[in-house]
Amino acid sequence: MTDMLAYVRTEDAPRLPPPGRVSGPVAWAKENLFPTPFSGLATVVLGALFLYILWTLFRWAVIDAAWTGADREVCSVEGAGACWPFIKAKFGQWVYGLYPIAERWRVDICLVVGLLTLVPLLMPSVPYKLWNILFFLAVYPVMTFILLSGGVFGLLPVDTPSWGGLTLTLVIAVTGIVASFPLGIVLALGRQSAMPVVSLLSTVFIEVVRGVPLITVLFIATAMFPLFLPPGWKFDELLMALVGVALFSAAYMAEVVRGGLQAIPKGQHEAAKALGLSYWKMMALIVLPQALKIVIPGIVNSFISLFKDTTLVTTIGLFDLLGIVQLGFQDPKWASPQTPNTSYFTLAILYWVFCFGMSRYSIYTERRLHTGHKR
Amino acid sequence: MANAAAAQPELSNEVAVQIAGMNKWYGEFHVLRDINLTVYKGERIVICGPSGSGKSTLIRCINRLEEHQKGDIIVDGIPLTNDLKKIDEVRREVGMVFQHFNLFPHLTVLENCTLALIWVRKTPKREAEEIAMKYLKRVKIPEQAMKYPGQLSGGQQQRVAIARALCMNPRIMLFDEPTSALDPEMIKEVLEVMVDLAQSGMTMLCVTHEMGFARQVANRVIFMDQGQIVEQNAPKEFFSNPKSERTKLFLSQILH
Ligand SMILES: Nc1ncnc2c1ncn2[C@@H]1O[C@H](COP(=O)(O)OP(=O)(O)OP(=O)(O)O)[C@@H](O)[C@H]1O
Ligand SMILES: [Mg+2]
Repeated sequence: MTDMLAYVRTEDAPRLPPPGRVSGPVAWAKENLFPTPFSGLATVVLGALFLYILWTLFRWAVIDAAWTGADREVCSVEGAGACWPFIKAKFGQWVYGLYPIAERWRVDICLVVGLLTLVPLLMPSVPYKLWNILFFLAVYPVMTFILLSGGVFGLLPVDTPSWGGLTLTLVIAVTGIVASFPLGIVLALGRQSAMPVVSLLSTVFIEVVRGVPLITVLFIATAMFPLFLPPGWKFDELLMALVGVALFSAAYMAEVVRGGLQAIPKGQHEAAKALGLSYWKMMALIVLPQALKIVIPGIVNSFISLFKDTTLVTTIGLFDLLGIVQLGFQDPKWASPQTPNTSYFTLAILYWVFCFGMSRYSIYTERRLHTGHKR
Repeated sequence: MANAAAAQPELSNEVAVQIAGMNKWYGEFHVLRDINLTVYKGERIVICGPSGSGKSTLIRCINRLEEHQKGDIIVDGIPLTNDLKKIDEVRREVGMVFQHFNLFPHLTVLENCTLALIWVRKTPKREAEEIAMKYLKRVKIPEQAMKYPGQLSGGQQQRVAIARALCMNPRIMLFDEPTSALDPEMIKEVLEVMVDLAQSGMTMLCVTHEMGFARQVANRVIFMDQGQIVEQNAPKEFFSNPKSERTKLFLSQILH
């Protein structure tokens, strides 16, 4: 027995390449698509189905589609595919809503300046971040408000009910995102506060707002809230909608951030305190940077759902991108079975591009902030 | 206590930490009972005792990471009460090193060290970096300054943690089992740094079971059990001639 346990290696075991590693597309397909007869069959059936759907879509969107035309004629013929001339005719309205056509340049300026501010803000290597942020948070909103509503500097006044389309969607989404983020952080910190009153108020706010559907919040903000105001007071519908959306997503954001705060080990708080950092410095410099990094996926989730939830403002009579698209269906000049199909298809792609963009950016940010394996 | 100071004539008579009649409870649980301890400037005190005896709680009361409910703690002349200003003052005088390092993982080693200098002491960034590099050299890892804590070994991380605390130029250093999360070969490099610090005259309170370290640098060893100080003495006496039964039992267990 003992001489079976005792052992001394006398010769080196050879170093071999790992077994079964093949390369090339054929080998890849064999390993991943046809490993067994049954999976091979599944691959063939599902692949055929997929190709069939793809082909039908292609036929609808390209081969059978109407590409030019001035009205419903081209789109309502038997077997017609997508109705692209409609999209072309209405695209201006999709972007600008019911904004006066002669004044559209004002929206253009806002969009271009917004893009020129946001893009460098999102690129870590571009300098002057502080100025960039200040401009984006302080100057840009005022500028946008003045340009869009007019009434000063000889600009034609345009009431908020005429704002619409993608412009309105972006106004609501960007305001909502920019306002709900800090608000959510404050609420999350409030909920964890050692001061009972602060903690109670934050908790009540979060739980009440989270327990109510956004549509209800919007109705309360625009229909019920004015009833409680002194007679003669009136708030702009859009403003109320903005406040409603911001508060609503702040409550969700707060819970996302709280999740991150809980993931930070107590030792981080202790080390910060032991160095003499005050509560706010500890939070701003040590805890929040780590907590927010952890919950980037959750934060972006909130942003994406906020972006899509802006469509709910159609219920209070505002024409955001979805609202304006649906308004277009009522145009008798373009009424055809393919008009809504084409519109929703295009709309889906538009929303997807925005949301996918946010998603990719968040993944990029996560990678960038990754600083090593251990906590 | 008076004879401990008398036995070490090189110590000053200036009091660094004065704890008198201190008690602490966690809810119903009386975790620290009637603690009386006077630490003189330049003293190196090692605190040992079985797990759960309240060693960590005691030294965490000194920089108010834990709140005591009864009795007095006076650190460098500043009484610890609920006054936040006083607490901040004390924390600026007292550095602390933790068992699990607690470095800030999102900041580089250098930023870990300069953070408090910049945000608490309002030191200009350039100057803060010079100070940080000075202490990183002292703990023998200046070449790691640009790395993140997650890229360092445990021993290196703990040395960074010591440098980070030293940057604030504390008058008193607290260590809570600084080597017990480390592999044997890393314990040595951390202890070397601590011995060096002790020889420079720093006032140190150190929870540790490194009895070699206690013998080499401590001028007093304190044994705690069940929330009380059971015995304290100069290390030679403490190890060769323990008085209390509980101390004897404890020493027999850790010294084999
Ligand atoms: N936050 C807390 N709430 C309640 N009880 C606690 C808390 N922290 C510690 N205790 C209890 O207080 C006692 C003393 O804990 P402490 O951490 O000071 O012990 P210790 O001597 O440092 O032990 P160890 O050697 O294991 O680190 C233990 O019984 C522990 O269970
Ligand atoms: Mg402990």
